[in-house]
Amino acid sequence: MSVDLSQFHQVFFEESFEGLDIMESELLDMDPADVDDETVNNIFRAAHSIKGGAGTFGFMPVSEFTHVLETLLDEIRSGKRSMEPRYVDLFLQSVDCLRGMLSDMQEGNDPETERPAELRKEFEVILGMEQESAPEEAASEPDEKDGGWLIDVQPHTDLLMTGNEPFRMFRELRELVGEDNFEVTADIDSVPELSSLAPEECVMNWQIKVTTSVPLDDIKAIFEWVEDECDLTYSPLVGTSEVEAESSAVDATGTPAAGQLPEAAAVASPEKTAVVAEAQKSAKPAKAPKKAAESSSIRVSIDKVDSLINMVGELVITQSMLGQLGQDFDLSRLAKLQEGLSQLEQNTRELQESVMKIRMMPISFAFSRFPRLVRDLGGQLGKKVILETIGEQTELDKTVMEKINDPLVHLVRNSMDHGLETTEKRIAAGKSEEGTITLNAYHQGGNIVIEVADDGAGLNEDRILKKAIEKGLVPENNSLTPEEIHNLIFLPGFSTAEAVSDISGRGVGMDVVRRNIQALNGSIEVKSQRNVGSTFIIRLPLTLAILDGQLVKVCEETYIFPLVSIVESIQIHRSSLNHVTGSQYVMQLRDEYIPIVRLDQIFGLRDDKDVVDEMMLVVVEGDNEKIGIVVDDLLGQQQVVIKSLEQNYQKVSGISGATILGDGTVALIIDISSIGKNIVPVKRNQNRSERAA
Amino acid sequence: MTSILAVDDSASMRQMVSFTLKGAGFDVREATDGVEALEIAKTESFDLVLTDVNMPNMNGIELVKNLRQLDNYKFTPMLMLTTESAGDMKMQGKQAGATGWIVKPFNPDQLLSTIKRVLG
Repeated sequence: MSVDLSQFHQVFFEESFEGLDIMESELLDMDPADVDDETVNNIFRAAHSIKGGAGTFGFMPVSEFTHVLETLLDEIRSGKRSMEPRYVDLFLQSVDCLRGMLSDMQEGNDPETERPAELRKEFEVILGMEQESAPEEAASEPDEKDGGWLIDVQPHTDLLMTGNEPFRMFRELRELVGEDNFEVTADIDSVPELSSLAPEECVMNWQIKVTTSVPLDDIKAIFEWVEDECDLTYSPLVGTSEVEAESSAVDATGTPAAGQLPEAAAVASPEKTAVVAEAQKSAKPAKAPKKAAESSSIRVSIDKVDSLINMVGELVITQSMLGQLGQDFDLSRLAKLQEGLSQLEQNTRELQESVMKIRMMPISFAFSRFPRLVRDLGGQLGKKVILETIGEQTELDKTVMEKINDPLVHLVRNSMDHGLETTEKRIAAGKSEEGTITLNAYHQGGNIVIEVADDGAGLNEDRILKKAIEKGLVPENNSLTPEEIHNLIFLPGFSTAEAVSDISGRGVGMDVVRRNIQALNGSIEVKSQRNVGSTFIIRLPLTLAILDGQLVKVCEETYIFPLVSIVESIQIHRSSLNHVTGSQYVMQLRDEYIPIVRLDQIFGLRDDKDVVDEMMLVVVEGDNEKIGIVVDDLLGQQQVVIKSLEQNYQKVSGISGATILGDGTVALIIDISSIGKNIVPVKRNQNRSERAA
Repeated sequence: MTSILAVDDSASMRQMVSFTLKGAGFDVREATDGVEALEIAKTESFDLVLTDVNMPNMNGIELVKNLRQLDNYKFTPMLMLTTESAGDMKMQGKQAGATGWIVKPFNPDQLLSTIKRVLG
């Protein structure tokens, strides 16, 4: 039977990466001076599973590397050695190394060899092993005893209670040596009277004579599992009398019995099961088809699947009810129809919720990488940092989670580098020696809020303002509130080369962080207090697949605005619009001027001469700038399922996607940040000139 | 149909074992650790139990020990899947009442031949 093992590779990689995550988090939580058994066991178990799976599925470099790691862990687990900080470091480095090797193999490449070899050497030095000795040759030496063997089998009474069955072994032996060369004699002397016979006990002995040239090791392998439950004696048959043979007995463990012949000692070599011997010949890893390293599957708890199946069941019932109703419908059954439809609506909503839940994962998946990051970075910066995580079970969409990772990493790096003071400064400021970074996640309305807080020095308003003025981002005479000053750090162009450090720099400014978050339909703000600390607050939609939308009408078309972007909607008269340059309009809204976008104009829906006087203006905020969008009418608000325009047609500027409405028509979803992009320069100039005036 | 209870916390190993055995015509029930296996075993009977050793919640050795206490598992063959080539784990398994062991890594053919050996 041939089984294609590559079908299990993906699962193996996924569980191995999970195992490495467990190892990493246990290692990070560990206090080497006070390690509990459970922690070491968890780490050991993860390493052990990776080793076992890697060996079975043919990823030998991983299996071999994990072996040395496991050996050290085993010594710690069994109390032969105690955990030391340097071991923790080495294990953490090994976790990274294994992650790299597994990623390489997952993509169908050969894993790197240099790093594993270096680490392996370190393990070997610790373990006091020089070079791993080559695997023992399992092949048995040719047996000079080609006359055969007399095997005396004296089972202990509890043999049957290990699930072992003497006849099974005899059958196997008969198959091995051939029926003609096999003879078994039962010794029933020790069988008691029937009345005192305990049926669960094995009370018989056997003598088996095999005339064969099969190596003794192969014969012993058959009895390997019962060596401790039987007294086994192997005596060579050298074409001599049995009396002589008995005198050269070798006992089951290979220890020469009294009066044993020298030849017998030669065959009492260390046993190895056939399974081991064959396993060591495992084939080289088959090249896996190239797959994206990013995980493309999700694990779903049975509860969620069950609830889904339940919903579908309900839906089928409602559908069959409505089907029956439709077969012979008359108006007298209208009430029944309405009831059925409202049932259908409820079923659909519940089904939608259940399906959405499948994509939801606890944010702990994103938070789990931070203990390591904080530990490594703290070491690099020479700062003592405690990481606190709150609300790890808060769920959000898997895609949102994957995309929020980089901004979060940037924020944490930034807080550690710029937010937290050095130990000396903290002590001088009367703070605790250790700085604290807190990651907090919670649900608020239909959003998830993630906070990255530090108890550092807080934002320096004077410095920020000075820099913003230098960069021309704000005029010199301004009356910005402290909050407005804090939020200047998100402006494009605020980050400068001199602010870029190894840690948080990477040439990425806060504006990029904000842009990434806005791309997820989210927002970010910062709250800060001098000498108390700063908190970055990210708000994200729970999912990217469904949007709370405001339906608007422009000519005969329906468009959708993300509800989250809408600030207000007002009715205006055409005369309140002012021309600035070309066809760009602005409008004074209370104390500020906002640029105006006319959807009918952008999408070429009507001629200028047909523009009506009374208009509806939807004021939206994208990229922290307000713009007004002129529409004909506001329709209802509803949740819409986002369909990609890019996948089905092509990318269209100003449009983020499309949806299908209840009546089957397609409505386009307006991309607030890109629809405002074309007019931003005009707006800035206008704002400034207005302000200056 | 001969029924086998396959216990392993590793999904890939469990899938591989289960796929191989089902392909050979066995009826296979899976469990992810000793606790789950013991629960299943209390309500169903199996002709053979195949268990990993290192598992969370209840390891393979504890599982075998517990199963042997159940009346209908007194003589049931129980094999341990183990990477421990050292005798220590095997000894502990034997003392708990395991029938024998299959040493990891193994391939599907080795697994089948060992199981057929045990089931005769």
